[in-house]
Amino acid sequence: MAVAEAITAGTPLRSNRRKVVRRILRNPLAICGLVVLVIAVMMAVFAPWLAPHEPTQTNLGQAFAPPGTPGHLLGTDDLGRDVLSRIMFGLRASLHVALLAVATSLVVGVPLGLLAGYFRSIDALISRMTDLVLAFPFLILAVGLAAIRGASLGNAAIAIGIAQIPGMIRIVRSETLRLKSLDFVAAAIVEGAGDAWVMGRHILPNAASVVIVQTTVALPAAILGEAVLSFLGLGIQPPAPSLGTMLADAQQFASRAPWAAVMPGVAIMLLTLAFNVVGDSLRDALDPKASRR
Amino acid sequence: MTAGITPGISTAPVLQVNDLSVTFRTEDGPVSAVDRVSFEVGDGEVLAVVGESGCGKSVTAMSLAGLLPRTATVDGSVRLDGVELIGADKRTLRTIRGREVAYIFQEPMTSLNPVFTVGHQIGEVLRTHIGLNRQAARDRSIELLKLVGIPSAERRISDYPHQLSGGMRQRVMIAMAVACDPKVLIADEPTTALDVTIQAGILDVLRELRERLGTSIVLITHDLGVVADLADRVAVMYAGRVVETAEVHELFAHPQHPYTAGLLGASPAAGRHAESHRLNEIPGLVPVLTQQPDACTFADRCPRAIDTCTATEPDLTPGHHRVACWNPVREPVEV
Amino acid sequence: MRRYLFHRLWQSAVTLVLATIVVFAGVRALPGDPALALAGEDRDPESLRAIRQQYGLDQSWLVQFWQFVSHAARGDLGQSIRTGAPVRGMIGSALPVTIELSVLAILIASVIGVGAGVVAAVRRGRPSEWAANALALLGLSVPHFWLGLMAILYLSVALGLFPASGFVPFFSDPAANLHHLVLPALILGTGLAAVIMRQTRSSMLDALSADYIRTAEAKGLPPKSVIGKHALRNSLIVVVTIVGLQLGALISGAVVTERIFALPGFGKLTVDAVFQRDYPVIQAVVLVTATAYIVINLLVDLLYSVIDPRIRVRGDA
Repeated sequence: MAVAEAITAGTPLRSNRRKVVRRILRNPLAICGLVVLVIAVMMAVFAPWLAPHEPTQTNLGQAFAPPGTPGHLLGTDDLGRDVLSRIMFGLRASLHVALLAVATSLVVGVPLGLLAGYFRSIDALISRMTDLVLAFPFLILAVGLAAIRGASLGNAAIAIGIAQIPGMIRIVRSETLRLKSLDFVAAAIVEGAGDAWVMGRHILPNAASVVIVQTTVALPAAILGEAVLSFLGLGIQPPAPSLGTMLADAQQFASRAPWAAVMPGVAIMLLTLAFNVVGDSLRDALDPKASRR
Repeated sequence: MTAGITPGISTAPVLQVNDLSVTFRTEDGPVSAVDRVSFEVGDGEVLAVVGESGCGKSVTAMSLAGLLPRTATVDGSVRLDGVELIGADKRTLRTIRGREVAYIFQEPMTSLNPVFTVGHQIGEVLRTHIGLNRQAARDRSIELLKLVGIPSAERRISDYPHQLSGGMRQRVMIAMAVACDPKVLIADEPTTALDVTIQAGILDVLRELRERLGTSIVLITHDLGVVADLADRVAVMYAGRVVETAEVHELFAHPQHPYTAGLLGASPAAGRHAESHRLNEIPGLVPVLTQQPDACTFADRCPRAIDTCTATEPDLTPGHHRVACWNPVREPVEV
Repeated sequence: MRRYLFHRLWQSAVTLVLATIVVFAGVRALPGDPALALAGEDRDPESLRAIRQQYGLDQSWLVQFWQFVSHAARGDLGQSIRTGAPVRGMIGSALPVTIELSVLAILIASVIGVGAGVVAAVRRGRPSEWAANALALLGLSVPHFWLGLMAILYLSVALGLFPASGFVPFFSDPAANLHHLVLPALILGTGLAAVIMRQTRSSMLDALSADYIRTAEAKGLPPKSVIGKHALRNSLIVVVTIVGLQLGALISGAVVTERIFALPGFGKLTVDAVFQRDYPVIQAVVLVTATAYIVINLLVDLLYSVIDPRIRVRGDA
């Protein structure tokens, strides 16, 4: 037992990038996830050129066309709008909101986490602040924000971003605490390196892997969050296509045209599933010990 | 005990290990941890298995009652009173573990479950193997705590492990191990994690148990002081193989394997004056082997290595003092 | 223990005060004149003045805050702009529905999550581990409001197994009450079950490789006891914490689930209030949620110290 452990523990935690990439590429599930992600991102980015129809173009004569109808691969909704085109633009909106939200949580959370972990004096203050944010569940936060500033894509992104800040702070804080106790950081401090230098030069680069892993957790959560908000009418406003609003619309006529309710949900699920799969394998690749144990 | 005659040989051995090999599957391929190890332990005998960390002594101990993880492949034979344990089904092994073969581990801190009281953890063994009821198990547990020298046992029985000191915890581990009066007690580095002052107390408890209950003990340790204190016979392991085995005084007086000689030189052991000798370090590390070579595994660290050593594997010589070496030390070593 | 308790109480109190300030400030941050917002459609100067007086908007902010806090502390949360009904009563009738839904969801999620997590940890490398992991990944990824729609579409409407919407109070007909709530609770619990499963699996793996498990095996205990008692008891400590951390997500989820299944709960109250710009209700809902979150987290922390003897005795010795 001791022998086997000594051998596996021998692999350094943060092994070089090539090894990480190789570990991911050895995992067939991760490759599937990556492929789905690439397709989704392509569809979102090139939606204006790829989509067979205008996403908001109504055609009452073509309403409730089932999937497979020529020109409407995934069918149409109650107003005859093309479901595939709306999904493509919906993906675009989802990724847009998710990236904005995660960027917000990174920009605010990483520096605060670093400071909280590095300086004992402001740790308590930042911890109280995160407690405070946590006291407002994500949806309540979004409700408040929508009440104050109105419902929009931007406000949805801010609400999701704020809700994700505490998680980011906690992760970065605990990693900073861990790194700070390591010899090489202690050595740098003893040698008289400034705080800013130690944080930027020694701690931040080494905390990168946990931040990356947390980002892969935050992205799918943000996508689900956007879908929920838009579904409730607190996010992207109709007639702009969003996967959430599509589901909210489809709820009205779901028994007549189930595809209009099924397809957007499948799209959201595939997207978040792909993110989760890639995130999992990335975490395993960065820290093989944690997964094998 | 008659002087000069090793007790294990005079009667049928309680524990007989033959050609025991253990291989681990790892990400980097198979790793051989134990290679064709043989030894036996007589009734009431204390056999010490010594070696540096990573030499396979702990793995050997774990493999005796099937405690290794699933990544391990175990070959060979382990007989307890003539009953084969290697390849025995899990149910059989469970009735033997804790009842006929009991273990004490190195870390008393982590070896006890933090969320149950010590009384519960001792009583569990009694309830499982002897079928005592809760009250009887509790009474017997108190007796056991007294036996291993824990003061005010009636109160201590409802303590959680974290409320006890390291030495007390190890005494609880011992009480748990001897609860069912096992034939063989396997003590894996029982004193390593403890302060020197507390070590002596634990060794006293073990010695007393051996004398009072006649338990055979397999003592896994790297501490030659502990060996000198407690053992009747010693098996020296290196890189998964037994390289030398002898009666304890014989081994200390006339080590034949250069590795044993090195170990003795490297330890301020009983009978030597630590201040007058610098500690000898054996240069190099115990190798990690994916395959056991047909050579002496100590050859590249050995000061007495000759050409044969890297070409052919030495076998243990027959007799009471057995050694696996092509160029053994024949005269008392001067260090 | 007493010091720890005091410390946690103090922390919670501070957070609660801060949360109250945030809610208060949030209402003042409403666009335009709050009286206009509070008046809704009815905008003649007379009623505006009445509203200003009623809500103390003609007073200084400090006085207003004090009134807000003292009213809230007495359970007076104002009146709905839309119906004129006291907000306290609206919350009082909506909250039990949400609490029952959430408790059911936590129960279902814990049973499924802990069960699947233990199976995945114990049956390492076998098909059942693979299946449990895949299920957890799906549970994490599926938008549960969509899952709810699908369940209504296929289980309720097409197969008629469950009522598609509506609610029957528990005390008027327990069986019908459960029949209405099982599906929503199951849907609400999917995400939580997935999180609990993953956490249970990883802490079970930790526990199973711990020294005390080796001791338990060396004692010859049957697997039932080694896994179900020695390993699980230690893993559950972590699982309880996770349930506490996931509470926010659960509250958010309840809002959506109630909307889909048309349950007259707290979530429906919240969403309706936002669309009707019923500010007193929004304010009360946010405050009650934040308070509930803080209090329940405190309780979870205390529960944690009951389960883990190492915390229980800390400070006593």
